[in-house]
Amino acid sequence: MAMDVEILEDPKHHRYVLNMGPQHPSTHGVLRVLLELEGEYAMELLPVLGYGHRCHEKIAEHKPVKSFMPNTARMDYLGALIYNHGYAQLLERAAGIEVPERVEYIRVITSELNRIQSHLLWYGAYLLDLGAFTPIMYAFDDREHILDILEDVTGSRLTYCYFRVGGVSKDIDDKFVTSTRAFVKRLRSRFPMYEDLVNGNVILQNRLNDVGELTPHTCARYGITGPLLRGTGVAYDMRRAEPYSIYSQFDFEIPTGTKGDCMASFMVRFHELEQSLRIIEQALDGLPEGPIMTPKVPKKLKIPAGDYNSSVEAPRGELSYYLVSDGSDVPYRLKVRTPSYSNLSVVPEMCQGMLLSDVVSAMGALDLVIPEIDR
Amino acid sequence: MKSYFSTLFTGAWSLILGLKVTIKALFSPIVTCQYPREKMEVTPNYRGHIDLVKFADTGAHKCISCGSCMRDCPSDCIVVEGEKREGVKGKVLTIFTLDFTKCSLCGACVEVCPTKALDYCNDYELAGFTREEFYFDLLKRVEERE
Repeated sequence: MAMDVEILEDPKHHRYVLNMGPQHPSTHGVLRVLLELEGEYAMELLPVLGYGHRCHEKIAEHKPVKSFMPNTARMDYLGALIYNHGYAQLLERAAGIEVPERVEYIRVITSELNRIQSHLLWYGAYLLDLGAFTPIMYAFDDREHILDILEDVTGSRLTYCYFRVGGVSKDIDDKFVTSTRAFVKRLRSRFPMYEDLVNGNVILQNRLNDVGELTPHTCARYGITGPLLRGTGVAYDMRRAEPYSIYSQFDFEIPTGTKGDCMASFMVRFHELEQSLRIIEQALDGLPEGPIMTPKVPKKLKIPAGDYNSSVEAPRGELSYYLVSDGSDVPYRLKVRTPSYSNLSVVPEMCQGMLLSDVVSAMGALDLVIPEIDR
Repeated sequence: MKSYFSTLFTGAWSLILGLKVTIKALFSPIVTCQYPREKMEVTPNYRGHIDLVKFADTGAHKCISCGSCMRDCPSDCIVVEGEKREGVKGKVLTIFTLDFTKCSLCGACVEVCPTKALDYCNDYELAGFTREEFYFDLLKRVEERE
């Protein structure tokens, strides 16, 4: 009897463990989060990874460098073209291949379309997690147009394998240009609708404001990049910080927030849609004629011995490839630095002591893509 | 007290604005496609699984069983075999199979083919109960095709 009283009086024994996932919708994939709850407050959180681990980095060590391209799309299925871009750029840098100008333009246009697509899906799915069902229908309506445009040129709808070392696999035509222009116009005209439907909504405001606050210092400690970092006021975007491809030629802004809470990263992503549209418009205006493939790409691409790096701005943050080569056509080691992995690692600190429903808000704001974390 | 009412008012107004959008959508045309009763047209550039092309001038495929596609495939899902026959120049294709369960539709085989004998098909309604349903005999498919 005395023992029972002891258990009841010890606050540690009031806690119980709840498994969030592996299939909870706010984890968008198979992520499991162990929550130690005290009442409705999450006192400890522990993300459990590895359900979607497919050994991508190890696979890369066993086949010719060019054959790894389809795998990059499967790491982050929402930013597939951007992952293609990073990898193509890595090999081009390593082998010293010059890319025709038209290819760079095509890459930028399709990558930005891909970014918008990713943000729109996040927009819909995040609000779905928060209990608003309608917005995902509007977001998917717009997203469908991008998928159709990209399907027409790349042949697939999600896991694109479009970029090649030294070029792209298929040229874009007038139909692509006109439909992309029409899409840019359409999405712009839909922004006020999104503002009315979602952004001003009082329920959303109350659920996102002051939830999951991050500081630039916390971001630096965990290596958080992307909209979360920009939400804290740091204008760090790989397209500006280390302009790759032809991004230095375009005029666009880096949206930033101030508070670093969920609302800040939400608005950063929303404003990024407009900036991506601006980049697409400028790229379409300046689209040059020319070949879509460098003529001198050897069939068996041998990478000179050494180590190479390539970083791009993925929808969720900074994506880096790091390749160590021993001089053969198979990499000695390929390390992929994916943004979601670092972004997820802040969860135990960020969500400590939060209400369970706020944990959903905060984790949704990270825009996690689990296959990218597990690889 | 004043701020309480102003919050109440702006909150309620934001909900009304949202409802206005949804009500407007109620009277706008339907954007979804009622699959499977309706079917959308698939772009000819769609990448389905690969198929041997039947050339109109010869009425046959142009595969020379060189095996480039087999070697270039990142997932080892293609098997090509050919044999020498008397009176025929070059090799004659005897086996061309695709294990679509492993294919990632990267297009390496189509791009490497020296005779342009391969192309993507437009089949997208692929569903099955067994793995074997996705082991395609492309040689048989090209012979059966009109």
